[in-house]
Amino acid sequence: MESILIAEDLRNNFPNAIFETQIHRGQFSSIVAPEPIVEMCRFLKEDYKMNHLNCLTGVDNLSRKGKHFERFEVIYQLYSIEYRVGLRLKAQIKDSEDPSIDSITSLWTGADWLERETFDLLGITFNEHPNLKRILTPEDWEGHPLQKTYKLKGNTEWNGFTKLKEKVKQLKQFDFYSAQEGTHSND
Amino acid sequence: MTESATINVPVAQGNEDKYKLKMGPQHPATHGVLRVDLELDGETITDCDPKVGYLHRGFEKLAEHRTYAQNLVLTDRLDYMAAMANNVGYCEAVEKLLDIQVSNRARFLRVMVCEMARLASHLLWLATHALDIGAMTVFLYAFRERETLMEIFAELCGSRLTNTYTCLGGVRQDVTHEIMRKLDNFINEFPACIEEYETLIDTNRIWLKRTIGVAPVSAEMGLDLCLTGASLRGSGVDYDIRKHVPYAAYDQIDFEVPLGETGDTYARYRCRMEEMRQSNYILRQCIEKMPPGAIVGEDAPDLVMPTTPRKKVTADTSARQGLIKLIEDRDVYMEGDIYVATEVPKGELGFYFISDCKGKPYRMHIRSPSFIHIGALETLGKGVMVADLIAIIGTLDVVLGECDR
Amino acid sequence: MQILIILLQIAALLAIVLLHVAYTTYFERKIIGHMQVRMGPMLVGWHGLLQPIADGIKSFFKEDIIPEQADKPLFLAAPIICLVTMLASLAVLPFARGWVLADINIGLLFLFAMSSLASYGIILAGWASNSKYTFLGGMRSMAQVISYEIPMGLSLVGVMMLSGSLNLTEIVTAQGTSIFSIYLFPQIIGFFVFFIAMLAETNRVPFDLPEAETELVSGYLTEYSGMRYAMFFMAEYIGMMVMASIGTVCFLGGWNGPFEIPFFPPFWFILKVYGFLFLFIWIRATLPRYRYDQLMELGWKLLIPLALLNIFLTGLFKVFT
Repeated sequence: MESILIAEDLRNNFPNAIFETQIHRGQFSSIVAPEPIVEMCRFLKEDYKMNHLNCLTGVDNLSRKGKHFERFEVIYQLYSIEYRVGLRLKAQIKDSEDPSIDSITSLWTGADWLERETFDLLGITFNEHPNLKRILTPEDWEGHPLQKTYKLKGNTEWNGFTKLKEKVKQLKQFDFYSAQEGTHSND
Repeated sequence: MTESATINVPVAQGNEDKYKLKMGPQHPATHGVLRVDLELDGETITDCDPKVGYLHRGFEKLAEHRTYAQNLVLTDRLDYMAAMANNVGYCEAVEKLLDIQVSNRARFLRVMVCEMARLASHLLWLATHALDIGAMTVFLYAFRERETLMEIFAELCGSRLTNTYTCLGGVRQDVTHEIMRKLDNFINEFPACIEEYETLIDTNRIWLKRTIGVAPVSAEMGLDLCLTGASLRGSGVDYDIRKHVPYAAYDQIDFEVPLGETGDTYARYRCRMEEMRQSNYILRQCIEKMPPGAIVGEDAPDLVMPTTPRKKVTADTSARQGLIKLIEDRDVYMEGDIYVATEVPKGELGFYFISDCKGKPYRMHIRSPSFIHIGALETLGKGVMVADLIAIIGTLDVVLGECDR
Repeated sequence: MQILIILLQIAALLAIVLLHVAYTTYFERKIIGHMQVRMGPMLVGWHGLLQPIADGIKSFFKEDIIPEQADKPLFLAAPIICLVTMLASLAVLPFARGWVLADINIGLLFLFAMSSLASYGIILAGWASNSKYTFLGGMRSMAQVISYEIPMGLSLVGVMMLSGSLNLTEIVTAQGTSIFSIYLFPQIIGFFVFFIAMLAETNRVPFDLPEAETELVSGYLTEYSGMRYAMFFMAEYIGMMVMASIGTVCFLGGWNGPFEIPFFPPFWFILKVYGFLFLFIWIRATLPRYRYDQLMELGWKLLIPLALLNIFLTGLFKVFT
């Protein structure tokens, strides 16, 4: 069993959804449309026993040029433990304002957190995800850090940090030195 | 009524018997800064919600602004229990992306440090797992052996935890006879040490009661939860990247992949203990088969860390120029993406790279096993007791530096 | 005059016991240290011999932190309850013939009462701290004490039946002076049950669930600091000594030994207590911790039936001899 054959079969089964199949350093990847992604994954999982989801992540293609590349891309790296072959699906999402794609949590429970991470860092919404919340950044964080438009240096401090600073100022009176000397402060 | 006089009584909504406990991020058994929000019914957990991100340092974003060579030091800070294995994983991925050849001696050295890191990490896992369950003696026994390994690391590359031992195209330092002799002593003594741990643990009725049948994971369930490493092999799935997609010199080395059957905490424990024996066997082969030659590949880029025999390169600017030069010179002016996974002690550590012809990665994604394993805690933690949850956190072998990145 | 002598005796006993507590902690650290391929305390004094004194001074001068939300009176009272009840139980222990403060006829019952009262201290500490971990620790302690009081009491019924008394001095006298006539042999089942229940009563490994540090941070002790923490600590160690003394008196023949030591009759008693304490420490270095439900299972499904069987067999023995 080889990846190229699987990619061919995938193209035969989903003729309109596969744009291109690439090979780079011996790894095959198919650029696909986002709509039938759950069916594609189910097809690969059931027909080719690609039962191991290596990796799920997203890419912001803002400054990257390519024939089929849209603004956002979701990567699915699948692997068949039995046949020892892998295939990468790259789903292109056109909508740059409110990107969304179907969730594959119905196929892999483990995709839950990976999708949450992708949502958190890239702002891609996963439809029918059971619990789509921020995971690595705080819940009241603004923006999605891995988008290429995300400013490296913001104008304002994160809300939680401002609160923390205020709290520190409040508690300063209980500080060991200030309690002893009254006016001593460290800043 | 003034505001201070109002008492905020939570309104009971059908679950007035439930008790909410936020375990962590400061807690002795959460291996770092993991926080688990629990809903308890007596001692039984009815809802388990792990919260991560307390150690998030934005490595993936950071990597987009640093050269391939500079990013290497970030990988030390992922799984700081086995930094060597992360270094090797990262270098294997970048070398495949940029098509850099590695010398054969470096391959063997990489296998050697990988397995040493595996031993160090598994020893720390054993120590903390046993301590979590309450057996404190194993903790210090395991640390005794780990210390020897740490000393060898320090002699090899100058640091104990954050090694940065590999470089693109090879490794930074060659081994000396002294190091080989120390390692040889260690692997001769180590099998007896494993037996010592087992006599402390395996024949202990309380240990067996606390681990057998706790959090069983079937093969299907393990794949469904995307578990990897010993956590998956404990359920009997034969998936070891060292065998499936051999990297470094693993194709020239003979070893077995220990598999469990039941997939419970005890099976995972047995699996890791056997893995330690196999690692010891691999180390022995490394010493015997170590080929002579250069430690850096012939066409390896002249950049990165200053190595002693090579000419010194000051850190920032020249390193960046070096890599850009490399790409122009060697006609790898090629757009593309790549996913390379390696078997680190915690599971499958994957690097997904997109190159856009510049000296820096366009996108670097780290597929971290700990992140996914903590995700599995949500499922495994339901319906068990508080003491079991601690055992499960221990048996999944998570490290938060890798989870939060 | 009589009262003065008794007060002096009490003071002497307290001083000796508290000094023993201090040095039990030292030996615990040393023994466990050597079992775990390390040294234990080494810096303060020769081989760390002054370490317990340094610890005592440190905990005495530490700031006494009381959580804002805590139930203050109970929070303050809990360690005192623990310590006082444990100290009170020292009164009835016979260290040698006539070396006892209060030679009362219900000595054994008094000890049970005191050790049950001590668990109130733990439960109150867990409740009053107003923290979730301490609360869970207090709950665990409550369940554990209730389940293990019963087998403990039952295991000693056999001893009472054989000696026909609840007075501790008489129990020792009834065992005779020979090593073969001690109750360890006829009451081996009782001793087994007593030993396990004793570990559970004193919250020692493998039954240290109320303060399981990897699960509940430090259980009922989490919010305590300084001297109040030290009081709990002392109570735990005095509890260990009291339990070891009960074991010595009821099963190992008390102060009787192979030969008499002139001028110091409690010699054998103290030696046997040291033996028990060593066992406590040894077990701590060896065993992992039980889970809550397994602890309950062990108590109710194994120890109580065994203790009842022991009473039945002892009864048969009494009837037919």
